[in-house]
Formats: sequence, structure tokens, C-alpha cells
Amino acid sequence: MLAYIARRLLYALPILIGVNLVTFALFFVVNTPDDMARMQLGVKRVTPEAIEKWKVERGYDKPLLINAEAGGLASVTNTIFFEKSARMFVGDFGRAEDGRDIAREIGNRMLPSLAIALPTFILGLFVTITFALTLAFFRATAFDFWGVVLCVAMMSISGLFYIIGGQYLISKVWRLVPISGFGAGLEAWRFLILPVLIGVVSGIGSGTRWYRTIFLDEITKDYVRTARAKGLPEALILFRHVLRNGMTPILTQSIVAIPTLFMGALVMESFFGIPGLGSYTIDAINAQDFAVVRSMVFIGAVLYIVALLLTDISYTVADPRIRLQ
Amino acid sequence: MASATVLLAFILIGLLDSLHYRAQLESKPGQKAVYAVEVLSVLDALAAPLRSRNEKTYSAPFATRLYAKETIDVPGQGTVRDYPRLKHGGKHLGEREDEVAEDAAFTAFKAGVLAFIGWLGVFGAVVTVNRKKCPKLKLREATFAWDAVLLTLLLILVIAVPLFWLSGYYHVFGTDKVGQDVLYQILKSVRTGLIIGLVTTLVMLPMAVLLGIVAGYFRGWVDDVIQYIYTVLNSIPGVLLIAAAVLMMQVVIDTHPQWFSTAAERADLRLLALCFILGITSWTGLCRLLRGETLKLRELEYIQAAQAFGVSSWRIIVRHILPNLMHIVIIALVMDFSGLVLAEAVLSYVGIGVDPTMTSFGTMINNARMELGREPVVWWSLAAAFSAMFILVLAANLFADAVRDAFDPRAA
Amino acid sequence: MLKVENLRLGFTAGKKTLAAVDGISFSIEKGETFALLGESGCGKSATAQGIMRLLPAAGRILEGNVALEGEPLLSLSEADMRAYRGGRMAMIFQEPATSLNPVLTVGRQIGEVLERHLDLRGDAATERMVDLLRQVGIADPERRLTEYPFQLSGGMKQRVMIAIALAGEPELLIADEPTTALDVTVQDQILDLLAKIQVDRGMGMLLITHDLGVVARMAHRIGVMYAGELVEVASREEFFTQPRHPYTQALFEALPEISRRGLKLTTIPGQVPSLAAMPAGCRFADRCAHVMPVCREVSPPWREVADGHSVRCQWQGSAAEDDGTRHAVTELDIDPGKPFLQVSDLKVHFPIRKGFLQRTVGHVRAVDGVSLAISAGSTLALVGESGCGKTTVGKALLQLIQPTAGSVTLGGSELVGLKGRRLRDARRHMQMIFQDPFASLNPRLRVGEIIAEGMGALGVETDPEARAAAVSALLKQVGLPDDAGDRYPHEFSGGQRQRIAIARALAVQPELLICDEPTSALDVSVQAQILNLLKSLQAELGIAYLFITHNFAVVEYLAHDIAVMYLGRIVEQGRAEEVLRSPRHPYTQALLSAVPVPNLDARADIIRLPGETPSPANPPSGCHFHPRCPKATDVCRQGYPGVTEVSGTHVVRCHLVA
Repeated sequence: MLAYIARRLLYALPILIGVNLVTFALFFVVNTPDDMARMQLGVKRVTPEAIEKWKVERGYDKPLLINAEAGGLASVTNTIFFEKSARMFVGDFGRAEDGRDIAREIGNRMLPSLAIALPTFILGLFVTITFALTLAFFRATAFDFWGVVLCVAMMSISGLFYIIGGQYLISKVWRLVPISGFGAGLEAWRFLILPVLIGVVSGIGSGTRWYRTIFLDEITKDYVRTARAKGLPEALILFRHVLRNGMTPILTQSIVAIPTLFMGALVMESFFGIPGLGSYTIDAINAQDFAVVRSMVFIGAVLYIVALLLTDISYTVADPRIRLQ
Repeated sequence: MASATVLLAFILIGLLDSLHYRAQLESKPGQKAVYAVEVLSVLDALAAPLRSRNEKTYSAPFATRLYAKETIDVPGQGTVRDYPRLKHGGKHLGEREDEVAEDAAFTAFKAGVLAFIGWLGVFGAVVTVNRKKCPKLKLREATFAWDAVLLTLLLILVIAVPLFWLSGYYHVFGTDKVGQDVLYQILKSVRTGLIIGLVTTLVMLPMAVLLGIVAGYFRGWVDDVIQYIYTVLNSIPGVLLIAAAVLMMQVVIDTHPQWFSTAAERADLRLLALCFILGITSWTGLCRLLRGETLKLRELEYIQAAQAFGVSSWRIIVRHILPNLMHIVIIALVMDFSGLVLAEAVLSYVGIGVDPTMTSFGTMINNARMELGREPVVWWSLAAAFSAMFILVLAANLFADAVRDAFDPRAA
Repeated sequence: MLKVENLRLGFTAGKKTLAAVDGISFSIEKGETFALLGESGCGKSATAQGIMRLLPAAGRILEGNVALEGEPLLSLSEADMRAYRGGRMAMIFQEPATSLNPVLTVGRQIGEVLERHLDLRGDAATERMVDLLRQVGIADPERRLTEYPFQLSGGMKQRVMIAIALAGEPELLIADEPTTALDVTVQDQILDLLAKIQVDRGMGMLLITHDLGVVARMAHRIGVMYAGELVEVASREEFFTQPRHPYTQALFEALPEISRRGLKLTTIPGQVPSLAAMPAGCRFADRCAHVMPVCREVSPPWREVADGHSVRCQWQGSAAEDDGTRHAVTELDIDPGKPFLQVSDLKVHFPIRKGFLQRTVGHVRAVDGVSLAISAGSTLALVGESGCGKTTVGKALLQLIQPTAGSVTLGGSELVGLKGRRLRDARRHMQMIFQDPFASLNPRLRVGEIIAEGMGALGVETDPEARAAAVSALLKQVGLPDDAGDRYPHEFSGGQRQRIAIARALAVQPELLICDEPTSALDVSVQAQILNLLKSLQAELGIAYLFITHNFAVVEYLAHDIAVMYLGRIVEQGRAEEVLRSPRHPYTQALLSAVPVPNLDARADIIRLPGETPSPANPPSGCHFHPRCPKATDVCRQGYPGVTEVSGTHVVRCHLVA
């Protein structure tokens, strides 16, 4: 099993290199630093000198890949690729437009982001699995039918509606929790509860429907028939046999759901004014701060790969065939 | 089938709006024709009253007065702060402002009856055509679900015709901050949503199908390379990749203003570019699915039989593998469509979606969101956008379900 | 003890309910084995599931009574029924691989039953489980309790299934095709186990099977089912000496056997009527050799012909007369001196990758040095149990799998390593027929296109009209209607599909057909049709067959030469008569003795093989067979035996013969 995890970790490395190359291509090859300078400086002040100054200040004045002027090792290191892209591997992201250290900023904002994303993910998984099992239990009845109809209706509603509606209803009309903001320490829960709740609710529709199909697939399998032939009650069959076997496809599915978690974080944090990575990204997009967006793409990929690894490890818990081979 | 009819109605709106033209201004003979600056579409022409009758600012649905108090000069009484009358909404009523409800209901009823008569015509046509083909066939037993289609058509007509009729006299869904009719905006948004959904799937389709099958069939290093590409693309969270790509596209557009002759053209190009970016970031899922399925298929005995005949690899792919994968492709496409419409709204909201000047569900919601903070609340714009989107996505989802039931061999 | 009366079961499809089991009645005494015999789709499994009330979601119990010790089961509430299931009556299923929950330990899965029905928990339960596993013949039961199903072999899984069934101490055991998915030698072990347990516990047993051999071995009384009805019920002796129903008689006739070599097998014409279109009278009337006008009008009543032997048929005759329905098939004179396909020392190894960097740490030696020769127009049968590498040999011959080493020469030219055009030319000379007629035809192509594909690819017939003519000639040759070419595969039954597959292979006029278990997915009566077809094609066209199979009955009927494979190597090879009459290798002897024979002869001479085929990734040292060989000596443990010639054509690899 250790070898399995070690191999997974090793696989991550070439992928990160790939991600790095993609971001490099996107940010420095599609558009030259000149273009970015022009964009940043605005139309009025564009003079060749201003562009040069902008580039020098940010270290964009070097050649892209190979510095022919500098000799020896410096011909590789003294380039945009090495300074801006390769350095991300060691956590050096450079500075944002406002001069702050990006790595430090990311470190500060990581916690609030996780405080939303993790509970949303775990609670969401729990709630949807419960609903899906309930529907599977009542399969082929009117309850199941209307449950599925409700699910389709719920997944057809834009996520923005859940946010706006929830914020309006709970915070503004009922005044149960603050509309937005973030507090330090344990006080934070009052700010977290609404976004987490909304995150969970907006995922119920598609999640329940999907997991229900997985469970119904499992129910037709032979081992379920064996369990019935043992005289076990239906509820026990669902919880002990079907749920355990359904976990593997569900975990696979949750990998696919991870990117939507990022998307959710982006919107959620900006709506609720939570100082996390999502709102950082949005601000950077609006301010057209290339350095920050670039770093976030890389960090996002790192987080995704970490999440992937965690899923891989959770496979070994759910499935003895992976654990023991 | 009902969902397909609703989708068709939406697509019709989208198509009408995609036929662009520029109104030819009256010009003297002999001179070169002069065109108006503004680009219009067929839909604009049909909905001309909606487009041109702008108010000053917010007004509630069916309102006859603005939503904000203004200082009005009343002849003889000096200035009063009051809700001014709308320029267009309910104008024909004149002084009988309190009769809005009756008038609206009556107009709606008239239009409804008209719609019903129209529907009866369609119904009759369908029945006679079917009768001719096979005289004894009853409508309910026909293989094509005519009853569902007709019923939905009835619903659509009964709702749409009065809506359109009324919109000539009122702002049915109210107006927004700059006084534009919300109904008009929604009609425009439909086109944006459809384009995002359709063009994106068209962009990703060839890539996903080709690479997925090739990876699964040839395996070996080809498979390794393709897997590597999609794992890398997949491991960058989609939103961030889109954000980065859109940001870069923005730079390209801004630094080359000379490429675009009109603002609408620029907005359209940006829309296309967005579709392209969405396509590039979303092909990986289908590709992975197809690769797995091809791996299974290539071990099947009929593929081996073909190999034993020495049939070339490409021919096996085209003749044996692709047709047996088509159902997956179709299911995936229809399922993706609704997701993309929803994604557009979020992306536009975040600011990395369509051009801000382009009307879309996302931009509408983004504009309308601020209005929730007002007292009293301006709710109609938001509600209209959300419900239009809901209907579109719901129809797409139901359609996807129907398609899956029809094509998925496991269900049969 | 168990009494089933007028049971009717149906499956709903859309708004219609089709009766899959239409009014059957039988009873089982304590300590008795009652076998329900029938071909696929006759409703025998549905009957078993109906008794347990375990029908799939679409299934409905329409009518009838089922009583266990006088207590009616069908009127019980679902909760009360659960007390019976797994308790007083238990069931084992066909596929041990899928019938166990893959993510729960063996102990957990047995423990559930103990907890549910005997209220046993903790140490007492563990003790009982160890005891149960020992009863079903599992060595080292304490360790096995903590293992997962994927760590067990196929036979062991079925033993665990039996242990689960026994855990509730049932009075009635329902076994639904319990050995169909297993190898012959393992089937033997499981049948022994079931028989022993039944005697020990005095249980009643309902055995569902399609295999006359299994019936002969196990059953006390037999019921024959056809198209949802029971057509004949007889005691074991009556059944095997005097079968009365024409269907039962035809089943016996259709079996391939050595005594029928050179003869055409009797087949049952046509197919089982579909559930939606059941004939009003006798359901077998359309296929019956003794059909009378009355058969088509009324459903025949039960008629008692002897004590405990009743039959549902109007026809009063008894034994089947040899009425000339069999035609002798002329055997070709084969010149054995001229092998036209020569395989020498063929090896196919698949690498095993493991560990951190996926290094190759070993090889699965699927095929490990096989040498064969087939002469024109003759049949070589390659016999072996699952996993011995016989299918891999077939694919490696066609170069569908790249051989690791060795040579394959066809008419003097080497095939291994050929590429592109020259390989394509070589493939014209041999083709393959696959096991599963449902997976071997592309569902999206018309039958005509399927058959023409090879002609196009190999450039046999380029003119479209000539090709169409060739296709219809082929369809005629394999006995399919003319319009078949325009239809899709799903419109055909299993046997018809196999005919299409044969036509496809014949389209390029090959000299050698590799048949990979072509009849193992088919019912006995259909199998006979296909075997007849293959045999007459050989007589007409002079094609050679490499017949890959595990079924000795088919081998006895069809083969000229036989090669027996064990774990990637051929252990015995020779003329059919030599290998079948005087097998020399202990494995061949055991295989032959383990085949259940459908007659009453006492079977004292079964050679029982312990254990199961080991993995080809890690074969035992010395002779691969020594851990299971009843005669193994020290020499066997040390080195792999060389080739010993018994006669000019008969060779064996065994230390004992040398």
C-alpha cells in the first residue's frame, strides 16, 4: 500500500511540470509581456519607455527561455521561464501588482477557504448519500419518482439562485446570520454556516440523482441476491452491502466534483466576503493581476492533485482489493 | 418529447436572434447604400416595440409608473415629487390607470383564445396528416409522441402569445435600471445561452472522440501521451484555466481593436472564443469516458474477428468502434449542454464570461443582484432571469434523460 | 416436505405480463434430490427464485401454492418470509465469482446468517464458522475467515457459498446451476461435497441444471421443463432407461458421444417458442417428431406411465426409433503424413509489472512451449480447463497476440513476425470462430455486411454483385434464410448467430478454422446443430479445424487428434482413439473420469483431483501437475518430464510413463 501511495505521488510530478508549462505558454507565449504592459498601463500612458519600465520593475525584461547574453548556467536561469515559472515549484510566486508577496497571501487565505470547502464537501457527501439511499430504498414507488423529479428540478436551478436566494431570505429577511464577512477563530462559524449550507443544498440535486443510479446499479448485482437469500432485511442489505460497494464509484465521482468545489469557492467567497483564495482570484481577475492569476492556476492544480491523492488513499479504505494488492 | 418541444421553442428564439442584418437607411439613388451603425437581428425586428420603448429607470411588471420618485413639473402646481407616468407602459390606458388588472386580463384572454385557435389548426393538420398515412391509427398510440408534443405546444402558445401581445402595451416583466424591458433582455439571453451550449460541444466533440478512441484502441505510447495531456488539463481547475485563458484573450482583443468593426462583432467573437476555451477545458471528461469504453470494446470478439481478417485499424475504428460508441457521445453531449448554460451564468458573474455589453443570463443576474439591496426590493429582473434559465435548463435536463433512456443499452 | 402446486410466475414488460413459468407442480421429500432439467429460458431458474420469493423486480407470482412442511410460503408477509430465507431454506447460485460481496470478509458474510437466524455472535459464532468451513472442505479455516472473496479461487468461493447456505441449518437447499461456471475437476469436487452434505444432514435439495451428466450423478427424481411447463417427471432409473417425452428423448439423442462418431447428431428443429407467442396446444408440437393433429389443439394432460413416472404427452410410443433421421457423414481419408500447419515451441508470456517503477518482475507463462501439427482436412482438439492457455494458443496462431517465441508455419511459410500485406495474405488461410455468439457480431452492422467484411479486407471478391451472390451462397451453406443478409444480429438466436459467425469465417475460403469453444454458450440441442454443420462443412470443403474446448463429449464426437493442455504446456497428444481409450497422463485420466456421464452406470472409478489449477504466473516446480497428481513421486517434484513416445502418434510428458 505504501508503494501504491508513493507511486501516486511520483505520478504527480510530471503532471505538475505539465501544468507549469501550460501556464507558461498561456501567460508568456500567447501574449508577449509587451502586450500585458500595454494592458496594465492603460491606453493613455502607453509609451515605449513606460512599457520598458513596467517590464523591468517586474522582471519581465528577460528572454523567454534561453538567455544568450548571459553565459553558463545563467543562460538558463536568467530567463522569464526560470524566474517566473520554474520557481513556483519551490513556492516562490513573486509579488502581486500591489507589491505584496503572493506566497504569503496564499498562506493567509488558505485557512478560510478550507474552512468552507471541507465542511461543504463532507456534509454534502453525507447528505446526498443519505438521500440517495432513501430513494433507492423506496425504488419504483411514487416517493422515488417524485424524489427524482425534485432532484432534476433542483439541478436545473442556477447555483447563483441558491446563493442570492439564501442570502436574501436567511440573512436579510430572517436576520439569522450575518450576510457576509469573516471573523477570527471560533467566531467564524457564524459566517461559515450560511455558505456551507448553500453549498450543500446546491449540490443535492445532481448528487442524489447520480448516487441513486449507482446504488440501483449495485442492487441488481448477484451478491445482493445472495444477501436476500440469507433473509437479511432490506435496510441492512442497503447499508451493509450496497453502500460499501457503492463507495468506490462514488469516490471516483467525487474526484470529478472537486473542480466544482473550486468554482463554488470562487463565487461563494466573493458573495460572502470571505478572505479566501477564491475571492483573491476574483479580485486578481478584476484587477488583471497576471502574477496572481498565474500563481492561482498553479496552486489550484497542486490542490487538485492533493485531493486526487486523498481520494486514492480513501479507495484503499473502501476497497480491500486495492488495499491488499 | 415535451422537453424537446420546449427546447425547440428556445432554439427558434435563438435562431431568430442570430440572423443579423443592418437596416438599410434611405439613400438617394446612385449613391452607395448606407447602413445603420446598429446591428439588428430578426428578433429585434419582431420585438421592435420591446427594444425601442425604453423607460428612464426601474419599473415593476405591469406598472404604469416609474419605480422611483422624481420631481415632476405639474403645470399650475409647481413641482411635485411623485412616481412619474411611464412613457410606454400602459400608455393606451390614459387616465384609467387603476384598470390595469382588468385590461391586462382581458387582453391576455383575447390572445389566449387566439392562441388556442391557432393550436387547434396545428392539431387538425397533424391529425389529418396522420390519418392519411394510416387511417386507423389513434394519436395516442403513434410511435412519435404526438400527444405530448401537441400538449406542450398548446401550453407554449397559450403562455407565449398573450405574453407577446401584452408586451406591446406593458412591460410584462418590468424594466431595469436604464429602463430596458426585461422581457426583451431575456429573449436576447436565450441566444447567448444556446450558443455557449452548442458551439462548445461542437468544439470539444471532435477532439474528445478522436483522442479518446485513438488512446483506447492503440494503447501503448499514444495512450500515454493522450492520457498525460488530459490529466494535465484536468488537474488545473476548470474555472482557473478559463479565467487565465479569458484574461489572456482579453489582452489580445484589447491590443487589436482594429480587428473589429462593430461592438456586436467584438462581443460575438469574444463569445466564440469563450466557447472555444470552454471546449478545450471540458473535452477531457468525454475523452476519458470514450477511452475506457474503447478499451472494453477492442477486446470484444467482433473486433478481433475484424482484426483476423486484416481489416485496417482506421477502418475498424470507423466501422466497428465509433458506431458502438455513438450512444455515449450523444448522451454526454446532451448532458453537458445544461451544465454549460449554468456555467455561463456563473462565469459571466465572476467577470470571465461573455462581453459585459452582451446580454446573457449571467450579466443580467450580475446587474440585477445589486438591486436586491434596494428598499423596496427590485425583484422582477432577477426572478425573470432565473425562471427563464430554469425552464431552459430543465427542458435540457429532461431531454437528456429521455435521450439516455432511448440510447443506453443498459436501460433496455 | 416442499410442495409446489400450480405455480405460475410472470415477468412484466411494459403493460403486459408474460408467464415464464406456467402452472408447474412437484414435491420434494426429506433427504431427496429433485432435479429440474431444462434448456436456457425454460423457466427453471425462475421457479427456484419464485419458491424463495427472490424474483427480480419485474417478476410476479401470479398464482399457485408453495408449502414447506405444510406451511404456505406465498401468503407470508415479507418480514415473515425472511425468517425462512437463509434459515429453513437456503440457496446457492451459479456464479460464485459475483455472488459474494467483494468488500466484506468471508467471516462477515457467513456471520450475518448466524446472527440473523441462530442469534450467534462473537466467539460462539467464530467457532461455528470455522466448523462450517471445515465441513465444506476449506483448509486453514481460521485464516480464510479474515480473507476477502478475491483472495479465493473459483471452487473455494463456491465452497464458501455453500457454507453460507448451510449456516442457517436449512431443511431445503436450492442449488441453481451450482457447477456450471466451474471446471470439470472442480465441478467433481463440488458435486461430491453437495451429495455428502445432503446425506449427512438429510436435507431436501432442489437442483437446477441443464446438464444430463450432473443429473445422472446427483438426482433421485427428475423433472424436465420445456417452455415454462413441466413435461415429464420420473425417478432416476425410469428417466435414464425409459424416457417417455419426445423432448426428453431428443435431449439424449442430441448429445455428442464417441458412439455417434461419423453419424449425424439428432437435432431438435426450430427453437423454443417465445413467451409472447406460446402455441395453444402442446408447446413442443412444432418441434416434435411425433406430432399429431390433437397436439396443436389441446394442451396434453398428465399421464402416469409407471409408478412415479408421469409424462405430459399424447404420444403413446416409447423408445426412439432410428428412423433414418441420421445420415452417415462420410469421413475423409486423411493422409496423416502431411501436416499443413506446424507449430513448434510456441511461447506467449505476459509481463507482470509491480512495485514503485512498474518494473517487470515476472511473466505469466500463458503458453509455454507448445508444439502442434494439423494436417489438411482433419480436426485437432485442444483440450484443457480454464486458464490453461488454450485460447491464447488460438489467438497466437492467428497472430492476434504476438507470440514471445516459437514458430508457426502455414504451408511452409513462417507466420511469426510477419507484418502488413504478407500477414494479411497469410490470414486468408485461417480464420477463427469465437465462443460468445453475442459478442462476436457487431450489433450495428447488417448480417450481409458482417459476412462481406472479410472478403473486402482480404480482397477475395471485389465486384459488388459477385460479393452479394457469394454472401447469399454462404447463408445457404450454413442453413440461414435468404433474407438474413439484410437483418441485424439481434434478430437472431444464439445458434443462428453462431452460424453467421461461421459464414463470416468461411467467406474468405480458409483452409483452417480455429474454433474457440464454439458451442459452450449454446444449449445441447443447438450445439448438435452446430456440430453437424461443422462436420458436414469439413466433408464438403475439406477444412481443417483446431477445436479449442473443455468439453470431452464434443471432443469424442468430432476430433481426429487430441492435445491435452495443462498450465501452458501440452501434457499428452495423440490420435483421438489413443488418448480417449488409453490415456497415459494422470491428468488426462482424471479429466476423462471426471466428466459426468448421462447414464446410470455406477461411477466408482472417478479419479478425484485435489485443489485447483495454479496460476500460470507462478507454476509449481518440477512437473506442473505434481501438487494435484495422485501418483506423484519425488522425481516429479524435481524436474519437468521430457517427451515420451508411446506410439508413433501418441506422446506423453510424464515421469511415470517414461
